[in-house]
Amino acid sequence: MKKKMNVTAESSWKEVTPGGVITESGNAGDFRTGDWRSMKPVWNSEKCKQCLMCFPVCPDSSIKVCNGKMEGIDYDHCKGCGICAKVCPFDAIDFVEE
Amino acid sequence: MAYNLKATTEKPERLTGGHRMCAGCGAPIVVRTVLRALKPEDHAVIGSATGCLEVSTCLYPYTAWKDSFIHSAFENAGATVSGAEAAYNALKRAGKIDHTTKFIAFGGDGGTYDIGLQSLSGAMERGHDMVYVCYDNEAYMNTGIQRSSSTPKYADTTTSPAGKAVPGKPQFKKDLTQIMVAHNIPYVAQSAPFKNFKDLYEKAEKAIYTPGPAFLNVFTPCPRGWRYNTPDLFDIVQLAVDTCIWPLYEVINGEYKLSYKPKQKLPVEAYLKSQGRFRHLFAKENMHMVEELQQEVDRRWNHLLKLCGETE
Repeated sequence: MKKKMNVTAESSWKEVTPGGVITESGNAGDFRTGDWRSMKPVWNSEKCKQCLMCFPVCPDSSIKVCNGKMEGIDYDHCKGCGICAKVCPFDAIDFVEE
Repeated sequence: MAYNLKATTEKPERLTGGHRMCAGCGAPIVVRTVLRALKPEDHAVIGSATGCLEVSTCLYPYTAWKDSFIHSAFENAGATVSGAEAAYNALKRAGKIDHTTKFIAFGGDGGTYDIGLQSLSGAMERGHDMVYVCYDNEAYMNTGIQRSSSTPKYADTTTSPAGKAVPGKPQFKKDLTQIMVAHNIPYVAQSAPFKNFKDLYEKAEKAIYTPGPAFLNVFTPCPRGWRYNTPDLFDIVQLAVDTCIWPLYEVINGEYKLSYKPKQKLPVEAYLKSQGRFRHLFAKENMHMVEELQQEVDRRWNHLLKLCGETE
């Protein structure tokens, strides 16, 4: 049975799980690192040749790929590092000011 | 099955976004690739030595790991994960577990080359069925870029600052991969994320699914510590493999195999020039240091070619 964690930055020590155990897996997805960005990648679907080179290079798992096709960028978590724009062989990702 | 990037994108993502690693950090790129090499149906228990990766992916109450993750200490990631593996084997023998679980430890160079070396050595020697992955970013980045035994000679760090008295770190980089080869374990490899990630993915797959202990040493640029423009990460990796500063090879049951031989071996200047931590080497009075680094890279590369049965 999955125990729902209900600990926030405002929680007191009494609400903290024993041993600091995190009972949910992958819940960092609820934390939005997208607001770190000062620059953002913009995907141009017409120029994209679906080589998927942008997918493995993303440190923030923010290239959305569904059924083997690039479908866009997850701006909730993308920190705007610009690596995807740099590696794209077809210049299909612009890197612009937020 | 032959490597196909598109096919790997369909595997489940085991490291979520929303972790607090720096923008453009190389470590989560390495971790994502290693975890993609797991079979989707297999469980994983992952442990990490203290370092950027550990503290930034598992910040209470959040975890970026979809698998079980053990937040370990600096010196004992090898011991922690090997202990979990021993417990799993005991439960399996008692018939209490029916699924397959793989065991992976991640450590930075500080937690692997230096502080965790004894527990890593012990885990490998005891023959646990686990993989230890070192993401080597060549200094203690988490605490603010202090030199480690993995830091290359003459690199500028906060504890080996380049100035009039000292031109950066005075010692050469330790060759940890060779130390692990000397453990005579079934699989040791040196890799880097580059091109279409075939090299790292296939080595991770072999490391995970080779029974017994395996060790992967993965080149992992750090934009903050190495002082390069963040989007250039993959240019830096390409230069590292093309200058033979970071050769890619594997050692399977003691047999060396070279994984990548650059068509044209580039001079080390190309690599050194790309990063701020080596900028002082290009002052007139320091140029002989570049020459010294070139000689050491050539010496190590030629030795490796001999071990791999290749000739220049």
